Amino acid sequence: MTTPAIEAVDVTRVYSLGGAEVHALRGVSLRIEAGEYAAIVGPSGSGKSTLMHLLGLLDRPSSGVITVGGRDATSMSDSELAILRNETIGFVFQSFQLLARTAAIDNVALPLLYRGVGKRERRERAADALDAVGLGDRKGHKATQLSGGEQQRVAIARALVGEPQLLLADEPTGNLDTRTGGEVMETLERLNAERGVAVVLVTHDRDIAVRTGRQVYVRDGLIERDESKAVAQ
Amino acid sequence: MRLAEAFRVALDALRANRLRSLLTMLGVIIGVAAVVVLVAIGSGAKQEVEAQVEGLGSNIIFVVPGSVEFGSAPSISRLQLEDVDYLGRVIGNPDAVATTVSSGETVSVGSAEVFSTIAGTNENVPNVFTRPVARGEYLTATDVDTRRRVAVLGSAVAKSLFGEVEPLGRQITIAGVRFRVIGVFEEVGSTFGVSRDDEIHIPVTTAQQLFGVDRIDAIAVKAPTIDDVEPLRKEILAALAEEYPDEEFSAVTQSQILGTLGQILGLLTLVLAAIAAISLLVGGVGVSNIMLVSVRERTREIGLRKALGARRRDITVQFLIEAVLLTTVGGVIGMAIGIGASLLADTFTPLPAVIAWWSPVLAFTVSVAVGVFFGVIPARRAGKLEPVEALRSE
Repeated sequence: MTTPAIEAVDVTRVYSLGGAEVHALRGVSLRIEAGEYAAIVGPSGSGKSTLMHLLGLLDRPSSGVITVGGRDATSMSDSELAILRNETIGFVFQSFQLLARTAAIDNVALPLLYRGVGKRERRERAADALDAVGLGDRKGHKATQLSGGEQQRVAIARALVGEPQLLLADEPTGNLDTRTGGEVMETLERLNAERGVAVVLVTHDRDIAVRTGRQVYVRDGLIERDESKAVAQ
Repeated sequence: MRLAEAFRVALDALRANRLRSLLTMLGVIIGVAAVVVLVAIGSGAKQEVEAQVEGLGSNIIFVVPGSVEFGSAPSISRLQLEDVDYLGRVIGNPDAVATTVSSGETVSVGSAEVFSTIAGTNENVPNVFTRPVARGEYLTATDVDTRRRVAVLGSAVAKSLFGEVEPLGRQITIAGVRFRVIGVFEEVGSTFGVSRDDEIHIPVTTAQQLFGVDRIDAIAVKAPTIDDVEPLRKEILAALAEEYPDEEFSAVTQSQILGTLGQILGLLTLVLAAIAAISLLVGGVGVSNIMLVSVRERTREIGLRKALGARRRDITVQFLIEAVLLTTVGGVIGMAIGIGASLLADTFTPLPAVIAWWSPVLAFTVSVAVGVFFGVIPARRAGKLEPVEALRSE
């Protein structure tokens, strides 16, 4: 059995909201294999965003364990988590989250900055990543000078530049029209196929979700259904 | 992240908000400039006063009746002309003892009339004080002994009485009595705001008769070297105590005068600097305030940076560098403005301004420290933000 890209074992997440406890996740176990292409699907309030934050090491579970590449992330310090996140996970957000006044290439290079990579190598690798998403001619453009689809592809290049094992995409097409959304999806799929990076989409849109090889349906803080096309193989 | 990188990131953030950065710096700029200028003016005043005291001559001891301590009762003691000879004998050098009795009198030549300080002195003034005569001669022993009506004019009073005409050998009228001008002083400027170029020197004996007094105001003794000043001062006091057991006299040296004045002016400089330092502090609070706003505004950026692998320390350092950059750049600009303004004040106003080397250095150091001190709270707040919550904020 190979080591999974990331694995959550019986994780819960409880928020206290004005004295009341909100159980966002109530015991979820999920294993994402290396190179897998999957979707976490659910309506808003289902806990899918919380699950994504936990898988992305942006948040800590109230109980349960998360392991990344076989390493227990739940016992790590904030700094160790930041390093692990930097080295193993790439994020694509619904609202792109680019630094507006910064050139595309510098936006893409940002994860490498926090990895301590030298300036020249950062630029080279960022340029390669932009080429890979088809934006080789937009390197010097500021984020605000790019269209929505282009911005999201810059964000994908940024998620990719650190060569992570897992790419987490939170509603990556949510702010895009159907055509550009389709282009973004094709980019993600191509990278998954060509580079072997595991891609996990978080979405409420079943049409998007069915493009992946596996749909994990989340409802009321629990995994309701986990459908895999793996049987076909 | 390397420090140099953090610097670049911070600099970019400040550049992105040029106007705000400049306005934030303004508090620090004004504070530092104020410190530099006020200290320069304080130091200038001190140096000017010192130059004036030293300009009188060197190694001089002033003997006056009574005590010169603050709050002492007015003196009933008196110095008389005989005391000049007595002190001359005591120190074994009669030529090194000068005296003065002065009064303000009206002086006229034809229709020109001025009010001037008339100083009755003896022939030893040039031996004791730095008081060169430009033309003619100073008073002689014979002038004093025979109570001659001769006068030596200050350069300013000579000009106001005679204009371009040569005063030597001409007559002037002092308080209704006619005097012959035998000399004109070189220009020497003023001491403590009193112009010494407005003085007229006449023989002390003539002056006592003219003023209707038999006292003298003060005796000035010149010591041969700086090392002789203090022993000589004690010798003079002892001699006066022996001659007048029931009376009190004071002997004050130039360095004592300088010490007292230096203390007063040093304190003044310090007070000025402290007032300016308060404005620097207020500038620091402004930096803190703006940095807090900036952290709030850029919460999403902070969240993103954290998601991409920035550690708490990376974020804290970035914001701290921003704050320190603001105050440091502000400090440098303030220093430049302060030095410039001091030089302008020195050149174009009567205020003497001297830039003490320590004041720009101190102001700069303090402004950097202010940046660190007031930057820490916003920077720590930025570093502590949780990535999930930071990303969620709109």
